[in-house]
Amino acid sequence: MEGVSKRYGGVRALENASLAIGAGRIHAILGENGAGKSTLIKILSGVVRPDAGRITLDGAEVAFDSPAAAIRAGIVCIFQELSLVPDLSVADNIAISNPPLRFGLIDRRAQRRVAEAALARAGATDIHPMALVKDLPLSRRQMVEIAKALARKPRILILDEATSALTAADVAKVFVVLKRLREEGLALLFISHRMHEIAELADDCTVFRNGSNVATYPAGTKSDGEVVEMMIGRELSHVFPQKPPPREDAGPPLLEVTRLGWTDRLRDISFHARAGEIVGLGGLDGQGQRELLLALFGVLRGVSGEIRVAGRAVSPSSPNAAKSLKVGMALIPEDRKTEGLMLPMSVSENLSFAALERITRGGVIDRAREARLVAKMIDLLAIRTSSPDVPAGALSGGNQQKVVIAKWLMAEPRIILLNDPTRGIDVATKQEIYQLLRRLADSGAAIVFYTTDYAELIGCCDRALVLYDGAIRRELVGDEITERGLIMSALNIGDGPNGAAVEGPPR
Amino acid sequence: MSDWRYVLSQNRATLIAFASFVAMFVIYASNHPAGFSANVVQTAANKGVLLALVAMAQTFVVITAGIDLSVGGVFVLTNCLASWIVVGTAPAAALGVVGVLVTGLACGALNGLIVIVGRLQPIVTTIATGAIFYGLALILRPTPGGDVYGPLADALTGRVFAVLPASLTALGAVVVVIWIPYARSEIGRAAYAVGSSEQAAYMSGAPVARAKFVAYVLSGLAASLGGLFLTFVTYSGEASAATGGSYTLYSIAAVVLGGVSLYGGSGSAIGAIFGALMFRTIGDLLFVFNLDPLWQPLFQGLVLLAAVSLGAARLFQVRNRLELLP
Repeated sequence: MEGVSKRYGGVRALENASLAIGAGRIHAILGENGAGKSTLIKILSGVVRPDAGRITLDGAEVAFDSPAAAIRAGIVCIFQELSLVPDLSVADNIAISNPPLRFGLIDRRAQRRVAEAALARAGATDIHPMALVKDLPLSRRQMVEIAKALARKPRILILDEATSALTAADVAKVFVVLKRLREEGLALLFISHRMHEIAELADDCTVFRNGSNVATYPAGTKSDGEVVEMMIGRELSHVFPQKPPPREDAGPPLLEVTRLGWTDRLRDISFHARAGEIVGLGGLDGQGQRELLLALFGVLRGVSGEIRVAGRAVSPSSPNAAKSLKVGMALIPEDRKTEGLMLPMSVSENLSFAALERITRGGVIDRAREARLVAKMIDLLAIRTSSPDVPAGALSGGNQQKVVIAKWLMAEPRIILLNDPTRGIDVATKQEIYQLLRRLADSGAAIVFYTTDYAELIGCCDRALVLYDGAIRRELVGDEITERGLIMSALNIGDGPNGAAVEGPPR
Repeated sequence: MSDWRYVLSQNRATLIAFASFVAMFVIYASNHPAGFSANVVQTAANKGVLLALVAMAQTFVVITAGIDLSVGGVFVLTNCLASWIVVGTAPAAALGVVGVLVTGLACGALNGLIVIVGRLQPIVTTIATGAIFYGLALILRPTPGGDVYGPLADALTGRVFAVLPASLTALGAVVVVIWIPYARSEIGRAAYAVGSSEQAAYMSGAPVARAKFVAYVLSGLAASLGGLFLTFVTYSGEASAATGGSYTLYSIAAVVLGGVSLYGGSGSAIGAIFGALMFRTIGDLLFVFNLDPLWQPLFQGLVLLAAVSLGAARLFQVRNRLELLP
């Protein structure tokens, strides 16, 4: 790949990126959130088209307009979000894009043999080819995904965090397979946030930062510490409001979470947040941060552990219960288009929706009161809209996000949970949101702020909790919150000068 | 687990539909005043096969997580068309049959093109096209009438070997010729994949658009087979709004009773056929027990509700409430 670029709206995801992969090599890609790794893979596997640049395969230029085209060219990707069809059997899934045919129909026996061979090749003979994918646990599905990729006889195999759902025994088996594939002459592209896996497997490494490749080096020639230094280095362009000095007389925690757990995605999470405090959640994307916020907000079933609000144990069973006066929580969701706003409805209707009970008298919405509160919110957050009656979908991304935040402020929450609220919005709006968060904290709210942007953890948060694999890996307080500290703990490597690997909690 | 247990568990819905139908039919026939005779079976079969064909049409689309509300329209349109063109000499009637089936295919292709290329929701698209098909039927047959090629009609609604209803034999032939090859073909596999998870199907390189298109086309074909058969049963064509509407709704009921998931991705036309036969038998049960026929819709509704409730039991296991939302 040479000079490949891709923009989403105004956000550049890849800028003039280049990468060369050789046959019989395992090439590792490193980089923090938003460095461009996912976009790179999506372009290689035909999911998105690049805006500029060229891709050559064996010297010939290629362009893929669909995943099917990439697969035909021998590029197969094992995606992080599984690409298996839940209602079909394991064998059906393995043979989905190219089933063996006999008289024009699928030859089930041949398909069974193909599936068994692929499962054996992936070292997953414990999986029955006739089992339905939806009945398998996550780690088995991931093995099916790997078997499916192998059955396609790829020339280039891309593994995007493909080991993150696996058990330690499976990882060992998969590594044996990958090393054998390397000997068979495949080119493997390996994306992982587990440094010890990269150390064990990779021949070459490329570090991505801000959408470009910054360095390529043979594996083992750089220490973990040096690698982290290369991943750091984004320009800190945001202006953050002054943080207040840590208070000596800090009151009791407003939100207190003890040993929270949910399936295998959240494990033993304990933390607290005081009134006036902004607590950041960090770590690489998908380490359980979103699930933690959903668990607090009453969306998940079967959450273990204890949640206390102002000293009283609560167990919200729905967002409606979580926003009640007794609990007083608000969750600013990650995807404003599906979870935050009703796009065709007016700005005014969206704003008052989470606080309808406050402006309702005898079951009827008090229009005058609604208008007053809406006007106040539009003013407070400086939402740029020609009228409160335009549909929310007509506003810019930044202003839509302000509507989502304002909507929850109308409910006057004591605890505000934010799920990556600044993703994909412009810098000016981001800064307004930072100011607002600080003002809300000053007025007595406790704020739990998940963001994939390390600069925001550094600039905005009084404390930062770094999650890894569904558990809190490290708590950083005040000046300890540095880019180096955040990346070190996000990758689960120690803070020593050479960054010795630290094993995660046993599974 | 051994292989046959997987086969059993994956065809459970179809087997339950089959067993329920057999149980109901035995109750029905053994309480019938005329007893368990070939005549009773033949009459029940002719009625049941009409809904079974329309339910089969519905199944093709429901498997892709779509819905086809035009099946009743195609059914009535092809009935009216058949009452014009499946007449005269044997070769002329044969040509007429081909014409009717091609019309069904064209209706399905129209639905498929609008849904796939126009990206309109299946529900709205097929309400609109269903009305169009019904409108065409009205032009063809403003008043009930027409005729049909007698020997063929008699052969298909009569009995073979004096006991077996010919209509059931024909239905079996349709299953063997259309459904079984389809379910085992690459395109049929892709249809299941699209209904189960369109995103995963696309990412796996399955032919998503083609699978959906073929599903709508085959839906049109199966509905036109139903329309053709209706002509053989009634010896005439009638553009009846009530017939079109009720067959559309009953086809959805039959599909659900037959264990085809309305969310797409699982179920079989064979299950839907037994669902259709079951739905018909529920109505007839009231007759043999001398209950007022006025109770029929209420009774059918209760059975349907009970069946759907059983199917929804799995939702109690969902751990993330967001997954409960459509």
